Amino acid sequence: MNLKTEEKNNIVVIFVKEERLDAHNSGELKVEMQRLFVEGKKNVLVDLYEVRFIDSSGLGALVSGFKNAISNQGNLKLSSLQPQVKSMFELTRLHRVFEIFPSAPDALENF
Amino acid sequence: MEKNLIEVDIKVPNQTRYLSLIGRIGEDIAKEVDKYAGDRETLAYHLNLVLTEAMANAIKYARAGDPDTMVHIFINISPEEILIKVYDKGQGFDINTIPAPNFEKLEDRGRGIFIIRSLMDSVSYRKIRCGNVLEMSKKLKK
Repeated sequence: MNLKTEEKNNIVVIFVKEERLDAHNSGELKVEMQRLFVEGKKNVLVDLYEVRFIDSSGLGALVSGFKNAISNQGNLKLSSLQPQVKSMFELTRLHRVFEIFPSAPDALENF
Repeated sequence: MEKNLIEVDIKVPNQTRYLSLIGRIGEDIAKEVDKYAGDRETLAYHLNLVLTEAMANAIKYARAGDPDTMVHIFINISPEEILIKVYDKGQGFDINTIPAPNFEKLEDRGRGIFIIRSLMDSVSYRKIRCGNVLEMSKKLKK
């Protein structure tokens, strides 16, 4: 899976450079988020600008990361959701769980 | 043959790397539906999604340790509806015992069947002679 990670002001930004986040590749994102929290990172932003498609496994990986953040007294936020991806968060009511920002710079100002 | 009837019959190895192939076929099929009055982009996304969910499900329940197991997918498009059947050779499960997700409780899993049920008009999963079939259909808006 193609992930680009940058750190800015103590916030780790994971840019998911994949068109699909599904049962084939979402496990890798889950492991990467887990690794960051185990390393002691507190604030993680997942940017989904390039993701055009997400399935229940992709949503599940993000939920897992969110729970991991909470149990490590950290934060996991999301940015740049494409309309169809956003509609999946709404269908599964996860838009009420995550803090979602229009872009990565918007999210970085709100940690 | 009836006018504008399309049938797609495909078998792929039960590996998640083929999910995108099956999903793309679903998207392309949405473009072939005649005189569809709804939003075609949304239909394409929904077919991609239900096929991805159904195939991931078939892989999950497929016979463990058998690398030769294939997932068989059948798609039929008539002017009235889209019918999709996904066959697996696994032990199966009872779809009626799968609860709707508890939105108050954050679970990592358990949204796949809910998504399929939300986007399709009818969904069933039943045992057949050598495995199971997940059958789902969607009426096409005219």
